This record gives sequence, C-alpha cells and structure tokens, in this order.
Amino acid sequence: MLKMKSVSKTYRTDMVETHALREFSLTVDEGEFVSVTGPSGSGKTTFLNIAGMLEELTSGTYELDGRDISSLNDRERSKVRNEKIGFIFQSFNLIPELDVFDNVDVPLRYRGFNADERKRRIEKCLDMVGLTSRMKHYPGQLSGGQQQRVAIARALAGEPRFLLADEPTGNLDTNMAESVLDLLAEINDGGTTIIMVTHELTLANRAKRNIFVRDGQVSDGPPELHFAAAANA
Amino acid sequence: MFRYYLRLGLLSIRANPALSALMVAAIAIGIGACMTIVNVRHVMSDNPISHKNDVLFHVQVDNWSPDEPYEDPNEPPEQMTYLDAKALHDAGRAYRQVASFKSGRVVQPAGDDARPFQETVRATTADFFAMFDVPFAFGSGWDQASDLSEERVVVLSSSINEELFGGKDSVGELLRMNDETYRVVGVLAPWTPVPKFYDVNNNPFEEPERIYLPFSLAISGEFGSGGNTSCWKPSGEGGYAAFLASECIWMQMWVELRNDAERQDYAEFLDAYVSEQKLLGRFPRELNNRLSTPAQWLENRDVVDDNVNMLLSLAVLFLIVCLLNTIGLLLAKVMRRTNDISLRRALGASKSALFSQYIIEAGLIGLAGGLLGIGLTWLGLQGIENIYAEYDFIKNLLRMDWSMIFVAVALAIVSALGAALYPTWRACSISPAATLRIQ
Repeated sequence: MLKMKSVSKTYRTDMVETHALREFSLTVDEGEFVSVTGPSGSGKTTFLNIAGMLEELTSGTYELDGRDISSLNDRERSKVRNEKIGFIFQSFNLIPELDVFDNVDVPLRYRGFNADERKRRIEKCLDMVGLTSRMKHYPGQLSGGQQQRVAIARALAGEPRFLLADEPTGNLDTNMAESVLDLLAEINDGGTTIIMVTHELTLANRAKRNIFVRDGQVSDGPPELHFAAAANA
Repeated sequence: MFRYYLRLGLLSIRANPALSALMVAAIAIGIGACMTIVNVRHVMSDNPISHKNDVLFHVQVDNWSPDEPYEDPNEPPEQMTYLDAKALHDAGRAYRQVASFKSGRVVQPAGDDARPFQETVRATTADFFAMFDVPFAFGSGWDQASDLSEERVVVLSSSINEELFGGKDSVGELLRMNDETYRVVGVLAPWTPVPKFYDVNNNPFEEPERIYLPFSLAISGEFGSGGNTSCWKPSGEGGYAAFLASECIWMQMWVELRNDAERQDYAEFLDAYVSEQKLLGRFPRELNNRLSTPAQWLENRDVVDDNVNMLLSLAVLFLIVCLLNTIGLLLAKVMRRTNDISLRRALGASKSALFSQYIIEAGLIGLAGGLLGIGLTWLGLQGIENIYAEYDFIKNLLRMDWSMIFVAVALAIVSALGAALYPTWRACSISPAATLRIQ
C-alpha cells in the first residue's frame, strides 16, 4: 500500500519559492490501477517522483508497504526503489549502447541476482511484451512502440509491487498507445499496482480509479468532471 | 559487479571515442613527460649495490688543510691519498678492503691492421670483484698473492673482450698495453652499475672501466691518475714518488664490514690510524673520519643533479595541467550522460554503485593513458638520447626497467582516479527527477 499524508514539496531558488505539492494526501491500495490527471504544472510529475523516491518531500509522511521511506538513507532508498517500484517513462529512456537483453538486465544487476536468474526473468518479461525475437536488437533498431515495450519489460523484470508510468503513451501513435495500455491492464490484472500520469482523458478512463491534481492538491472522481472543471477555469 | 562495471566502462569509451581518446591522450602526454624525467631520476638515484648496502662502506679520513675544510660545513675529502689508501688496505682490518683509482693505458691489439687505442683502466686490489659482486663470464679476478707480487694480469670487460678477442673465453690470452704484456685472468659478464657507485668522483654515469689490473702493479708502473686529483698543498719535487708521498687525494677506498661489531672495530681502527699519523705531523684537522654506506655516499655526493630535480618539478606540474584537462573532459562526459545516470538511479542504483561504475571507467581510461604514456616515455628517452648523442654516458641514464613501467601505469591509474573524483561526485549528485522530467 502507498500512503501519503499531508505531503508538501517546495522548490526554492534564491528568488522564487514554488509549491509543487501542498498538503497532498493519497492512499493507493494494492492492485489498484490509478490514473493521475491534471493541468500542466499541477504537480502530477512531482507526485510521481516522490512516489518513486526520485525526489525527497519537504514535509508530510510517505509510507510504502507500511514503511516510512522519508527516514531511509540513499542505499536503502535505492534498494526499495529497485525491489518495489518499476518506472515507465514517456520517452522510454532505454540505454542506446545496450541491446534489449542488457537494457532489461539493468535493474536486475543492482538487485544482485545471479546470471541464470537474470536470464530467466529477462526472457520471461520479453516474452510477456512479445519481444523475445528482438533480444539482441539495439533501441535504435526498434519502433517507438517496441521501445516502450522493452521499457515495460525492464520495469517488470524485478517483479515490483508498484509500476509508476509517466505519460507512457505520450510518444506513441494511437494504435501503439492502445496496445501499451492493453499490456498495462494485463499487468494490473496480474496484481501489480499501477499509477499512471496522463493528460489524455481516454487513457485516464482505462484506469480503475482516477485522481485529479490541481495546484498541488488531489481530488478523486471521474476524470471528465475534472477535465471539464479545468477547461472552465 | 566489477566485471559489469568494466563492461559498461568499455561500452562508454566506445560510445564516446573522441572524448575518450582526448582523455587518454591528456593522461598519456602528462605521464609520458613526467615519467621521462622520473625515469632519468630513478636511474640516477639508483643504488646498484643496494643488496650489500648494510655491509659496504666508503672510507674517508680528513687529511685536509688546517685552514679550511675540504667542503663546507666540515666535510672530509671525498678521495684518499695513496699513503692512506695503501696503509689502510695493507692493515687488512676489514673483512674485505679495496683501494683503487682510475688511470689510462694505450691498448695495442694483436694483428697488423689493428690500431692502438687509449683506454681507461682501473687499478684496484684483489677484493674489488668479490666485494662488489662483479659478475664473471670467464675466469676470475686475481688473488692477493698477485697483488703482492705485482703480477702482470688483467680482467677485461665483456665489451672489450668482444672487441679484442671476438667475445671468446680469452683467459690465458695475452694483451699488450704501453708496450707491456699482460695475461688475461678473467672476463666480466656485462656489468654497468649506474651510477658507478665505487667511484662517483669521476662522472658517476660514465661506463665502468673496461680493463682492471692490480693496484700494486699500477703503482710500481707509475700509472698516473685518470680521474680527479685535489691537493691542499704542493706535492713537492721528486716526481711520482713525491706525488705518492703527497697529501693529494685521488684514490677511492671501500671496506666490507659484516656486522656492527666489525664496523665499530674499524671505526676505532681509523681513529687510531689518524691519531698515529697526527704524531707524524699529518692530519692537522680534528678527527673527522667517515664510514658511509653506498646509499649514504651517493646522497652525500649529490649524484642526482639539481637540474634534474627542477625538471622533475616542472614535469609534475605538466602532469597536473594534463589532469586538470582530464577533469574538464570527464565533466563534459558526465554532463552528456546525465540521462544514463538518472535512469540508473531510478532503476535502483545507489550513489555508491554509480560511483564505483564511474571510477572503474576512469581507471580504464587511466590504464589506457598509462600504456600509451609508456610509449611516450620511451619516445622521450629516445629524444633525450638523440639530443645528447655526443655524450657516451647519457645512454646509461635512459634505461626503462619494469619497476618504472609499473610506476607509469600505476601513476596513470591513480591520476585518472584522482581526476575522476570530482566529476564522479557530480555524477552521483545529479537529481534523477530533474533529468528524467526534461526528457
């Protein structure tokens, strides 16, 4: 379970103080598929970064599986991130000089698995995303949709409890976006909790729960409501 | 993980060939310049008889002028008079003792076409070869009986044996010098101690003499000094005999003392000898005898030229400049790879894991720079040899041994790791969220 309570995140420079999240409270239960929508600059990505422990919160509490992660040091945070969280990015973020196999291998290396175990997991995940035959291809030799599938395989290889997706279909055409969303839904059906940031209503509707972020604060409800409110604002 | 990081390092170098090549070149040039001078200094400051450093001692007694020391502040003369060298040698109070001096002869090779040539020789006592572990290819040195009987024998170096006898076992062959015939009793294996520790007063970096003959024979034959000779008062009339009886210093004296007790006994013997000589009107200065190990003696004589030390300082500064350039290049490389760094952080790499990855990559670059630096060092040494080709001894300073190769690679790796610390720290400090958000 992911639980944030009164989380605030403030970015400070010499001149300006920006409140990206204010008193942000949210609980995501195991197995949920949550879409996070909101206007540009509302704090969606900041929320996702804090959820993924890529950024530290300014105040409030954040528990992941009952553990207060704000007290962890860098090594412990990295370990939790590696074991419990998978990331999917809009721009795939594959490492160009590594082939598909080695890209999926990256989080497993930090996990310390032996070669056999890593190979088993990589092959299983690539099979799941339908790219077993492209194992020795380099990212530059794949289409956008295939690259995102590799990224999903990489995110799944460590069998994380949470999958955090930031605009996972933002760089894909409609057909490819649909197939990626189908894949995410399938993964969610397998029990993995998914939190997906998107600004597209159709994609948000594929999630089982929708939350809307505005001015760094969160509200639940059907996305249409929020989109309409945002449009009228 | 070490192998994984090595592989990532190689991939990174391959992915940024120009930047990597610049870094390798910067390190290699710095190492090449630095190691060229370090190598020369290493050879100059070497102690070729270090394995006997505890038991060999250079002997000094202070027979100099009552009015001023031989060298400030109160250094005794670096060489010895014939009187003292002969007396100390003949006393035989050390386990081994060697009195010797540099001289010259005209060698007259056999054969009608062969032309005579001038050659430096070393007149020395029998213990020279055993005391200094001089290696023999054929035969041996002469014994003390030959010393006493002034036997007309010689030991040849391998190079002159090659010239005169084609490199064969020439023991028993005859050699003519200054119209006198000598019998060859031994031929040395190649032996070039650098510095020439047993006589640093006469260019410590020149080749050892190529012909050795008995000290007593040289004295009876009135061989002159071929090296430096210093006198604090005129030697007087009377030719060679007067020169031998003078206070002029021109001989080198070494003893082998196997333990502290022998050393103590010999020091007391020296004091007693000088005190006795004082009664005869010699040694007007206070007791100032010295027994110096080879290392102490080389240090005392400042065998390493001050200019070399200055050049070394400049070379180290140049290496630092090269490393500063490397730091800049590494920083540029890190900045180009912020996405990779952030991604790895997001996928579970701790800061320490990233630090290891980048340090190992820097070590690889250092290794490549070190290997290339060895090549540049070799070129540098060749360049020095070409510039100073007219000086025969210079080639003795331009050797590169395994220890220096190891030092070059180690210095390159350590330098690269040092240069990588700041860029690596920057890499580890990159906020993954900030970078990944920009993508």
